Amino acid sequence: MSTDTKPDIAIDRSVGDFSYDVNYEYDAGVGLTDKTIDYIADVKNDPDWIREFRHDAYRKFLDKPMPTHWATKDLDNIIFEKIRYYLSQGTQPKRSWDDVPEEMKLTFERLGIPEQERKFLAGVEAQFDSEAAYSNIKAAVGEQGVIFCGSTEGLHKHPEIFKKWFGKVIPTGDNKFSALNSAVFSGGSFIYVPPGVKVKHPLQAYFRINAENFGQFERTLIIADEGSEVMYMEGCTAPKFETSTLHSAVVELVAMKGAKIQYVTVQNWSPNVFNLVTKRGIAHEEAEIKWIDCNIGSRLTMKYPGVVMKGRKARGEVISIALAGDGQHQDTGAKMIHAADETTSNIVSKSISVGTGRSTYRGMVHVPKHLKGCKNNTECDALLINSHSRTDTYPSITVRGQGNACQHEASVSQISEEQIFYMQQRGISEGAAMSLAVNGFVNDLVQQFPMEYSVELKRLIDLEMEGSVG
Amino acid sequence: MSTLLTQPSLSMESTWPEWFQQEQAKAHADYEAMPVPTRKDEAWRFSSIAAIDLTEFTPAPAVESEGKLINLSQGQDQFSAKLVFGNNALLHQDTERLPAGVILKPLEVAARENEELFRKYFMSQPVELGSHRYAALHKARLGTGALLYVPANVEVALPIEIFHWVEGDRASIFPHTLIICGENSKVTVLDYFKSADDKRAFSCGVNDLHLARGAQLQYVAVQDWSREALAFQINSTIVERDATSTALTVNFGGEFVRGESLSRLAGEGSRSVMLSLNPMDGKRMLDQRTLQDHAAPNASSDLLYLNALEDTSRTIFAGLIKVQEHAHKTDAYQKVRNLMLSDDAEANSMPGLEILADDVRCTHGATAGEINEEELFYLEARGIPQNVGRRLIVNGFFQTLLERLDNEPLREYLGKLVSARLKVPF
Repeated sequence: MSTDTKPDIAIDRSVGDFSYDVNYEYDAGVGLTDKTIDYIADVKNDPDWIREFRHDAYRKFLDKPMPTHWATKDLDNIIFEKIRYYLSQGTQPKRSWDDVPEEMKLTFERLGIPEQERKFLAGVEAQFDSEAAYSNIKAAVGEQGVIFCGSTEGLHKHPEIFKKWFGKVIPTGDNKFSALNSAVFSGGSFIYVPPGVKVKHPLQAYFRINAENFGQFERTLIIADEGSEVMYMEGCTAPKFETSTLHSAVVELVAMKGAKIQYVTVQNWSPNVFNLVTKRGIAHEEAEIKWIDCNIGSRLTMKYPGVVMKGRKARGEVISIALAGDGQHQDTGAKMIHAADETTSNIVSKSISVGTGRSTYRGMVHVPKHLKGCKNNTECDALLINSHSRTDTYPSITVRGQGNACQHEASVSQISEEQIFYMQQRGISEGAAMSLAVNGFVNDLVQQFPMEYSVELKRLIDLEMEGSVG
Repeated sequence: MSTLLTQPSLSMESTWPEWFQQEQAKAHADYEAMPVPTRKDEAWRFSSIAAIDLTEFTPAPAVESEGKLINLSQGQDQFSAKLVFGNNALLHQDTERLPAGVILKPLEVAARENEELFRKYFMSQPVELGSHRYAALHKARLGTGALLYVPANVEVALPIEIFHWVEGDRASIFPHTLIICGENSKVTVLDYFKSADDKRAFSCGVNDLHLARGAQLQYVAVQDWSREALAFQINSTIVERDATSTALTVNFGGEFVRGESLSRLAGEGSRSVMLSLNPMDGKRMLDQRTLQDHAAPNASSDLLYLNALEDTSRTIFAGLIKVQEHAHKTDAYQKVRNLMLSDDAEANSMPGLEILADDVRCTHGATAGEINEEELFYLEARGIPQNVGRRLIVNGFFQTLLERLDNEPLREYLGKLVSARLKVPF
């Protein structure tokens, strides 16, 4: 198949591409200084230790260089002085959609959130720029003692749990962007699941950027106590602006003995968003943390969800799908730190590069000294659609001592001409055949997503094959 | 006493032509101007930068045991030519049986007698894998080395053997092997790197292989430095259309050894096979960086590196398959396997891919594992003690790699070298 007859693949992004004029009550202005941080702390009525935490993080942010010695130089295009760091209409989320301001409600209705909540979710939080506009949990789930609220509310109402784990999984100075988040964080979810409670339905958060030149810095902390189970799902969209937008979240998960956390992300930011996210979980004895991550949108995503397996027989898993279209760079991967005997981890990553898109897998697997029975399996498959598409794989695997097994495999291929030919012979157009082949490539991973999301995913990876066959 | 850090003076005693001496002075200035690498450089990630302290080394004096070293320079029974170098000087030359037109001579002689050839190929490939600084030092301090030129359509049936010896405490040497294979020529070369004693020494070597259209080269480097040695070996291999290069590096010795291997698939239908076999023990450290650079369509490359790690040894493998934009129909493979034999050993693997063309097949893999208990049990059940059984299994692990060589006597010879190194009793 010659390159010039290859069909274009267009991704349906129209769903999130709209914005409303909103009169923000609180606006920290443009740029970042100690004053910005005090403004945020004042508006949010932060306790003193959080205010200090923010200022300390701000200094670390200034000290840390951009990681461009290994990461893309595109990071240099983020102009921190031109970003708005805090915009909200108040810090109290509403418990009923009727109380949510009209333009925000319209936004979330267009994105289908209230409808999904009625259908299958145990709780929903909807964040609009810096703060949650809506946060609610089903009564039955709340009665089991499950806490699901925004990070600010968690901090004020449940300080005994919040303070114990906040910033413990991801230290402020972990990287430049985790430091930035720690300085100006606002929004995100706080979840606590009491021992033995299995939350049947997923909890969902929806992150929406509405304003131009805005930076969203949500902070999520999820604690699953002994033997509990929870699934959390997040979705994100933003309108397409000419200028760039920054999204830099920090997500910390703690799975106590025997607990299970599944964290599902479907990222569909508009192609002007820099999405630089730090996500990590600690899995205690026999606990399991699973990141299911799908990156379709954004201009540049850098995200390497990690699991520190701290207790015996803990398990970590990352399932990742990335689709890089024209002008996009999906730099994703996983980090697996084995810190106890008999811990196991699994990474499966599939990426598709279309047009001038570039997808990168970056991974780290670490098995320190004197551990026994640790196992890691890593598989990365990349599919290249057009002749200008690009893919990279940069894993790093350190194994100390014997008695452990690590294996890494990666492959790069294009859609088999034979497959396409076979389908065309049976009357399927080249475009439809390509679409089927791409869907087949990711299908086994898509099935790992919860039902409702896999449907949405298929819609998102709705690859329209046009201009096929010259 | 002069150390490696002092600027060598232009001297009447130098055997190099004056123009090259001037280039050497410039190389020394470059060396001094370049920053010392740090672990933060991607090309030096995980490496033991602290081990690289060159202040203790001095330029090697002439060897004392010349006759002994020449006698010890024994490789395969049958060979077509032999060169022996010791402490940056030629000790022995046996080149009479080479086919007509084949050039095998010390570099500084070639620089005068075959200036055009020398200028065209000598260190013509820029260093891309991190050791620019040490390549500059190599050039600045270069005393001698081997230049081999095989003219078009000439086949050298028996292997050519080259020995590089270092002798004396804190001595430093700069071995160099430059191989130029003309169109459709065929040759096998063995390059030996050996210590005359168990002293601490420094070697900073370069070996460059150039294969013109249709050429076939088998190149084997057997590194057997003392366990105290610090060594760099910087390689580049340029493979033109339809040519095939097979290069094997065996690392037996050295306290800190850094090897950089670049294979550029420069012509359509070219092929490069990159192999390395590394029994690691004691506190030895091996840092290997490779690049399979596909610059032309329809080329293939195949890399297999095997490490077996005993005691507190450490390995780093950082490999990259790079497929340039127009290099369609590339078939590239890269695999590193680490056999962990001790609780204190450490293996770091960074197998990388950068693919800019879509019609390719590229695969890589990295594994770290231990000896299969069932295999050990099987041997024990047949009366083979565990410690012997372990060595047999490690030996078997390495012998599978030698099967990639299609030269039967060479395969057997190297098989024996490996078995002897592992002290396999039968």
